[in-house]
Amino acid sequence: MAKAPLKSKDDLLLDIRNLRIEATIYPPGELPKNITIVDDVSVKLERGKVLGLIGESGAGKSTIGLSSMGYGRGGVRITGGEVLLNGRDILKGGAKVLRQIRGREVCYVAQSAAAAFNPAIKLMDQVIEAALLHKICTKAEAEKRAVGLFKKLGLPNPETFGQRFPHQVSGGQLQRAMTAMALCSEPDLIVFDEPTTALDVTTQIDVLASIKDAIRDTNVAALYITHDLAVVAQVADDIIVLRNGKPVEYGDTRQIIKEPRQQYTNQLVSVHHIPHEQNNPTGTPILSVRNITAAYGGGLVKVLKNVSVDIHLGQTLAVVGESGSGKSTLARVITGLLPPMEGSIIFEGRTLSPRLANRTRDDLRELQMIYQMADTAMNPRQTVGTIIGRPLEFYFGMRGKERDRRVAELLEKIEMGKGFADRYPAELSGGQKQRVCIARALAAKPKLIICDEVTSALDPLVADGILKLLLNLQKDENVAYLFITHDLATVKSISDSIAVMYRGEVVRYGPKSDVLQPPFDDYTDLLLSSVPEMELGWLEAAMKTRKMASAGN
Amino acid sequence: MSTPVLKLVAQRIAMGILLLLAVSVLIFAGTQILPGDVAQSILGQSATPQALENLRRDMGLNDPAYIRYLHWLGGILTGDLGTALSSGQDIASSLKGRLWNTLFLAFWAAIVSIPLAIGLGLLAVRYRNGFVDKLISGLGLASTSLPEFFTGYLLIYFVAVRLQWFPSVSTVYEGMPLGERLSAIALPVTVLTLVVLAHMMRMTRAAILNVMQSAYIETAELKGLSPLQIITRHAFPNAIAPIVNVVMLNLAFLVVGVVVVEVIFVYPGMGQYLVDHVAKRDVPVVQACGLIFAAVYVSLNIIADIVAIVSNPRLRHPK
Repeated sequence: MAKAPLKSKDDLLLDIRNLRIEATIYPPGELPKNITIVDDVSVKLERGKVLGLIGESGAGKSTIGLSSMGYGRGGVRITGGEVLLNGRDILKGGAKVLRQIRGREVCYVAQSAAAAFNPAIKLMDQVIEAALLHKICTKAEAEKRAVGLFKKLGLPNPETFGQRFPHQVSGGQLQRAMTAMALCSEPDLIVFDEPTTALDVTTQIDVLASIKDAIRDTNVAALYITHDLAVVAQVADDIIVLRNGKPVEYGDTRQIIKEPRQQYTNQLVSVHHIPHEQNNPTGTPILSVRNITAAYGGGLVKVLKNVSVDIHLGQTLAVVGESGSGKSTLARVITGLLPPMEGSIIFEGRTLSPRLANRTRDDLRELQMIYQMADTAMNPRQTVGTIIGRPLEFYFGMRGKERDRRVAELLEKIEMGKGFADRYPAELSGGQKQRVCIARALAAKPKLIICDEVTSALDPLVADGILKLLLNLQKDENVAYLFITHDLATVKSISDSIAVMYRGEVVRYGPKSDVLQPPFDDYTDLLLSSVPEMELGWLEAAMKTRKMASAGN
Repeated sequence: MSTPVLKLVAQRIAMGILLLLAVSVLIFAGTQILPGDVAQSILGQSATPQALENLRRDMGLNDPAYIRYLHWLGGILTGDLGTALSSGQDIASSLKGRLWNTLFLAFWAAIVSIPLAIGLGLLAVRYRNGFVDKLISGLGLASTSLPEFFTGYLLIYFVAVRLQWFPSVSTVYEGMPLGERLSAIALPVTVLTLVVLAHMMRMTRAAILNVMQSAYIETAELKGLSPLQIITRHAFPNAIAPIVNVVMLNLAFLVVGVVVVEVIFVYPGMGQYLVDHVAKRDVPVVQACGLIFAAVYVSLNIIADIVAIVSNPRLRHPK
């Protein structure tokens, strides 16, 4: 390889000085304006070290990470500062110099490997592409190296893995393949951009462990971008905390998580715990799911097997499990979108029609839903007032002033104020959008709301706000929740009873205090032990003590 | 080739055959609705009712419509397209040479226009929103907007009359050497290319730009690939399905829509033949031409569908 030899182990690899990044935004109905995304950020990284970039969305983490490759995503411009890589300013060389650096000195691991792999090309050809492009080695050598990396990253059948297409392997495997792709050209630096965020909690820990091993064994330096401090604490030597494009605190990992100096860091570090007194089941349940078996593809793929759960008025049942466990399918069966093959749904003592089309308007009204992606659950061309007003018109026939008054009331309830009624979804933040969806569900005066991963797409602090709001609304309106989530911290904060699902079956079910009380079954143990804790060395300890391997690996 | 692909392809072909049957019913029914029948056309206005009746009986025109349809369809399936009223000649034998001529013209127009359109589309994406892109798009649009008879006569005036490079009348005959034949069709091929070029080029550009939004394009960019490498290696394979679709639509146009161009250049193809016999109200010929055009259209679209299925790795390599 024609690269500068390592001078010494503490040689400076990346030196970002006073970085300033801007973008032009086009707000609806206003003139385009320049905004500053990153302001005066300086980062130093030595060879073989891992620096964690942490912050909420909009903090500029990815933007800074990509600046080390001279890349601005979606019209973002680097307008100030220097990016010194291996001693030279890469911003000064133009497109050709950048192309020589990308894929050779710096490689990138994206958040969603499923989207980052080309669906039309075999994995092997994509993994070795950069190495061949930069003439780092011959094709045979590159393939040999790739197979070795597949093995190191714990991919199944490393010899033949590369012959598959991206859609033929699981999300966790793709994420490892992407890490192999980054390592294949033996770069000096890898930018990991939320590499485990899109994965199930049980898969995340495996991928995290293999990334950590690979970093250690290859002595590559890394920028590790995430919003999850507990995750970054497992891999990073140093951490920089960012907020609104500005550095808040910069220190070694132990100092940041044990002795944070800034209040904002402290907020991020402190374990989010919402006190919630468990309510015990009383009387007859408002919703009874009885022995439901459901399948897709005309009975070919069974996704729910003999599932029975109860939900009581004013209480919350949390359904936990990894993707593919049947959580969302259960919601689809309850709402009538997927008629079950067997079993019945009893709501307020009456059996609901299995098909949505045969349900009465009152059945529809009393059972509302809130979705994970508030963005796509709202019509972008309707104002907040129209969105919340629609169920009022549809179910109660409200019109004019009466409707507007009720919309204003609902906006108060979600702590947003009536000024928002004339805004469009695009003008709202992620948390505000989810609040509007909550108001829309409440407008129907439902008895039960199904919440499908409603906080998964939100930053931790914003998600906390949403959970608190949901709990307060439950007290006021006495509404029951069916809360679908993969996040156990959320479950602890909000639920009265818990159903743990695994491959279409309920493996553990009961009041919260019972379910979270040892001894655990193997799967619940795996779920609980996979939630990252903000402790140094937690990852190694957790990998050792697990009872079963996670699915799909 | 895996089972789901075979199944889908078989479904498409079956659908195509059904569609063609439906078209044949429509064509047959259409000619039934028209006033008058073959017997009247043959005997003319001065025919006596008795003569009409006799001829109808002889030709089987008194049979119920569905029996006549089945006769007609049976004839077509065995290669018998009937007899032209105006000349009394067998339609199949006079059509054969003309169909071949039309396909020959369409083939060369496709050979020129498809690579050109896709190449220009790729270039437009490479320099998107820049001068090259705007120039390509502008010229393409202009050439499509001009009616083909206008570009046709323009070419005849400048290239054939003033420069005398190519003949203005595309006469071809059996046994003509390939070189002379190509020289004879140079002008109609140019006109056809100009007509279909812009549509395919702009769709190629749009399909690839759509793919360029994908996350894997960013991955390729961050590997250090050049813009042209990204477009050809990573974007194009994922844009094949929509591109093939529009290419096939234009191929169909090259066969079915050449009527005007053939008339301008007096080229002995299907279009000329059809126009001649529409003027003579020769129903059996019009029926036969209609059915052949429909068959070309349907089969090209089936090919587009099949390419889209086969180019999808999810179908080609199931889990």
